[in-house]
Amino acid sequence: MLEKRDILEQQISLGQKKLIVSHAPFYHSGSRVTERSYHTMLALLPALLMGFYQYGIPAFGVVCLSVSTAIFWELLINLVTRRKITIGDGNAALLGLLFAMLIPATMPWWAVITGTFIVIVIGKQIFGGIGSNAFHPVALAVAMMMVSWKALFDFDAALLNYDLEFATIYPLAAVKYFGAASADAFSLTGLLMGRQLGGIGSTFGLGLLIGGIYLMLRGFIRWEISLTFLAGIYFAAFLFNLFDPTRFAPPAFHLLTGYTLIGAFFLATEDSSSPVNFIPMLIYGAAGGIMTVLIRNIGAWVDGVILAILVINLVSPLLDKIRPQALGKVM
Amino acid sequence: MIKKAFWGVSAPLIHYEMLPVHLPQTEKIPAPGHITLLHPKNDDLSVPSAWGIGDAVKTGEKLSLYPDQNDYVISPVTGKISSLSPYIGNYAKSYTAISIQPGGSEIIDDTFQKQMNSPTLELLCDYLKSAPGNPPLSLLADSNGRIKTIVIRGLDPDPMVATSQYIAQSRMKELEGGIRILKEVSGVQDIILITAGESVQGYGHIGARVKNVKAIYPAALPHMVMKDVLGQVVPAGKTCQDLGVCFFTAEAVISIGSAFASGQIPTSKLLTFIQKDGTPHMVETDIGTPIGDILEAFNETVNEFDRIILGGPMTGSAVYALENPVQPDTDSIIVVDRDKAAYVSDYPCINCGECVRICPAKIQVNMLVRFLEANQYEAAADSYDLYSCIECGLCSYVCVSKIPIFQYIKLAKYELERAKTPEAADA
Repeated sequence: MLEKRDILEQQISLGQKKLIVSHAPFYHSGSRVTERSYHTMLALLPALLMGFYQYGIPAFGVVCLSVSTAIFWELLINLVTRRKITIGDGNAALLGLLFAMLIPATMPWWAVITGTFIVIVIGKQIFGGIGSNAFHPVALAVAMMMVSWKALFDFDAALLNYDLEFATIYPLAAVKYFGAASADAFSLTGLLMGRQLGGIGSTFGLGLLIGGIYLMLRGFIRWEISLTFLAGIYFAAFLFNLFDPTRFAPPAFHLLTGYTLIGAFFLATEDSSSPVNFIPMLIYGAAGGIMTVLIRNIGAWVDGVILAILVINLVSPLLDKIRPQALGKVM
Repeated sequence: MIKKAFWGVSAPLIHYEMLPVHLPQTEKIPAPGHITLLHPKNDDLSVPSAWGIGDAVKTGEKLSLYPDQNDYVISPVTGKISSLSPYIGNYAKSYTAISIQPGGSEIIDDTFQKQMNSPTLELLCDYLKSAPGNPPLSLLADSNGRIKTIVIRGLDPDPMVATSQYIAQSRMKELEGGIRILKEVSGVQDIILITAGESVQGYGHIGARVKNVKAIYPAALPHMVMKDVLGQVVPAGKTCQDLGVCFFTAEAVISIGSAFASGQIPTSKLLTFIQKDGTPHMVETDIGTPIGDILEAFNETVNEFDRIILGGPMTGSAVYALENPVQPDTDSIIVVDRDKAAYVSDYPCINCGECVRICPAKIQVNMLVRFLEANQYEAAADSYDLYSCIECGLCSYVCVSKIPIFQYIKLAKYELERAKTPEAADA
């Protein structure tokens, strides 16, 4: 050891410039966590702007409160646990934004703050921060809020005082309680253009599609998951519809209502809680889609996306056991 | 700097540097003020060396410091030994650094020339082991005929580096001579030359099968060549030699060819030098030239915290001093500005799966790195295919969290190897 230090001192005493020694590789593709967060937020913007347009200032207030408190909770946990400050990576802001986009514009302030507390503290930081959460923090928070304060997520009641220029009834609730015929009140174009009740940013189908396609093309989310999720919904809803067209709505209706699109592109694809191998991703997405329709059509809840995503999050590590054989693996 | 494409549906591709049809000129570095040669040394060896400070050496003279060790270096100049000092290389490998002060009129050592009329493997081992390109001759000699195939790399394993490619295309005659002698002394008849692109033409009478690989990294790494060209998958933990295949660089073969053609052991090294602004040069210089001299020749200024890389950007190693000499296997020198170099971070893995998708060995890198971060090397080897890694560095290259995955993998292998040695000594 002494020998090594002597050489080093000798080198330094020669008055040489200090060079940085690091391990290969010396180049990097340039991708960063921050980049992923901000581009995901960018992809959420079209749907978010539509939400502002429809629900006005209250929606804006909810989104601002949600994003800011999410960042606050993250900072607080960073300080309390004396770890590196991680609010700069944009992940907390993204989660806050996603949470706000799933809730109605009339959500009371205390519920928003409680919600972001669950998102950041219980959903993410307790597990060890970014990359360690077993469930999508936002899906977990929405599920806990739905169970705890059912009335807050009753979109029909929550948005009662809004005078919008379309049928002010939550499509999935209508279909569940009044039969498939009530789906006729919604045209597919109308649903695509966001003419339906729902969360602040989860109703504008076209905007979510544009955002999702952008993320898939850029490689920030995996198309395997999103597309099989949508295919799973379509396939399962098609079978139900075939079985009893009076009770179960047609598949296209399921694709464009509730949390389907935001779930397929922004919730199911979250890095930490989704698998990474090709076949597991396909199974993961398809299972999520099928589960969603099962809950919607024969379960107790009006929308099944959130619960279905929690279930597939749960099985994701198991699914990832289906892996290709490594090169030269000795059996 | 190699960046990923804007679109990211599929994994990023890193293309090999392809030389133009009209090869660039080599640029010769003026003779350096002093030469430093790194002589390998066994750790426990404290025998007084055969050479001392002040001894005169001739050009092409063999310097063997330790009588009970077969290693040696060849002096590229005539002059006097000015110092002998210990030197620790990568992975704590010990060397003795021999500094030679050139001086006096050049005298060429003719010991090799006297014996070269009947080439044998022993003769090659005796004189050409530290020739440019480091021919793995002792590997051939020690294999007792187990080596059935010799693969000559006419394509550098790393992107941006074009040394082997340049040599294979510009010095075909010597390559042919080298192949003939290799066949003669080793008895290996199956010789394969690896190329890429459209350079297959023109190798008609070279005496080797010419095989093309994809011009995309890591197709020229030994394990990938084994898999794609020879159709053999190297089992985890085994080496290519175990399967009877030995890899030579084109330069190593040419060193053999030109040694027998001219009667002199070659000592001048060809390498790719890439400046900070990315300008590549094909440089010819003596083995032992300090890197600083090459930088000076191109008016390249190095600032504090810049990086100088020996070898390619994916698998090379950074050096800490400009005094470091060019060695027989230094195929490239890359200067990277402090602002352009890749930094690692202590961010956790976010499980995005980029590494898993790009890994040519299909390792579950996301799981592997979790074990490696926790120092669970044995578990990593048992459950997550540590030994399947072909060491291409692509996982670190794409890592969103900038985790030094490649470094973790090398460290794990090194630590496991170290743990094995005392066990074996104990038994």
